[in-house]
Amino acid sequence: MRLGVAYDVLRWEERDLFSEARKLGYDVRPLYIKDYADLVGNSIGENLDAVIQRGVSHSRALISTTLLESQGLRVFNDSLTLVRCENKAITLSLLVKSGVNIPRTAIAFSKEKALEIARKLGYPVVIKPIEGSWGRMVAKAVDDDSLYSLMEYQDYTTSQFRTAYVIQEFVRKPDRDIRIFVIGDEAPVGIYRVNKANWKTNTALGAKAEPLKIDPELRELAMKVKDVIGGFFLGIDVFEDPDRGYVVNEVNGVPEYKNTVRVNNFNVSGFLLKKLAEVIKK
Amino acid sequence: MVLLKCPVCGGDVQVDDNALPGEVIEHECGALLEVYMKDGKLALRVAEQIGEDWGE
Repeated sequence: MRLGVAYDVLRWEERDLFSEARKLGYDVRPLYIKDYADLVGNSIGENLDAVIQRGVSHSRALISTTLLESQGLRVFNDSLTLVRCENKAITLSLLVKSGVNIPRTAIAFSKEKALEIARKLGYPVVIKPIEGSWGRMVAKAVDDDSLYSLMEYQDYTTSQFRTAYVIQEFVRKPDRDIRIFVIGDEAPVGIYRVNKANWKTNTALGAKAEPLKIDPELRELAMKVKDVIGGFFLGIDVFEDPDRGYVVNEVNGVPEYKNTVRVNNFNVSGFLLKKLAEVIKK
Repeated sequence: MVLLKCPVCGGDVQVDDNALPGEVIEHECGALLEVYMKDGKLALRVAEQIGEDWGE
């Protein structure tokens, strides 16, 4: 298989993909998207069977995927999946429409309405950017005053969605959340992300990864999310709510998995590459 | 190995011949440097700061 890997920052995951692809005998081509410049529609000149999108910048990942698709290349994940993952309003709307439990989430376009709905949800609430990652700018508001201030901070960011306020219930989860991966038509591996010191359980913020025991309900949920969001390789973040059970908080379209490999001794890159070969053959 | 100059301090930086664009190197002066290709050769520039749209 001739495989392209589109990336902008060379992290552990991209190096591992190159290494595992070579072990499998694939002809792997690094595609450094950051310095890409060409006329729209021009071919990159590579006769590739597939491209794995690994851009860390959401905008570069989405746009480069679109450009590669316009050349007839199959990109994993595809551009529509990336859009569905990157914008939390889209992700959560699609999930809730399909009957997947999510944290009670409101979106308001004015501070006044955001305060009204936060009171209905009940403090504390969580405010987060509509697009964002690694727990960045995710904050807990304990009352009207703190929520108002956090919204003001959001107003002065450069986000195109800065006047859309995502207000979410504070889920009383244990000191952990779940990251489960969908690869192709399976959900083979995942981690608990444990943080006893911080309610935010992103590993980027210091949460510790532990092997996940995947029960049938969780596996079924992961595959349902995949059916809704699409794509080939997803990292699904799930909370364990004491009353409702599993609730899906977000879906990542270019997931990181270094810690998952380390604690599970599971070869994510190898599994992904073999699954990709199956998809390409179909 | 290729011998390059740190664009911040001017000091020497040894870069592997097989380095790929996008590799990030921390130089002894404290600068985070990014490998890229310039005129078909390996070169170094100051690494990009984490962006608002970076993540998974």
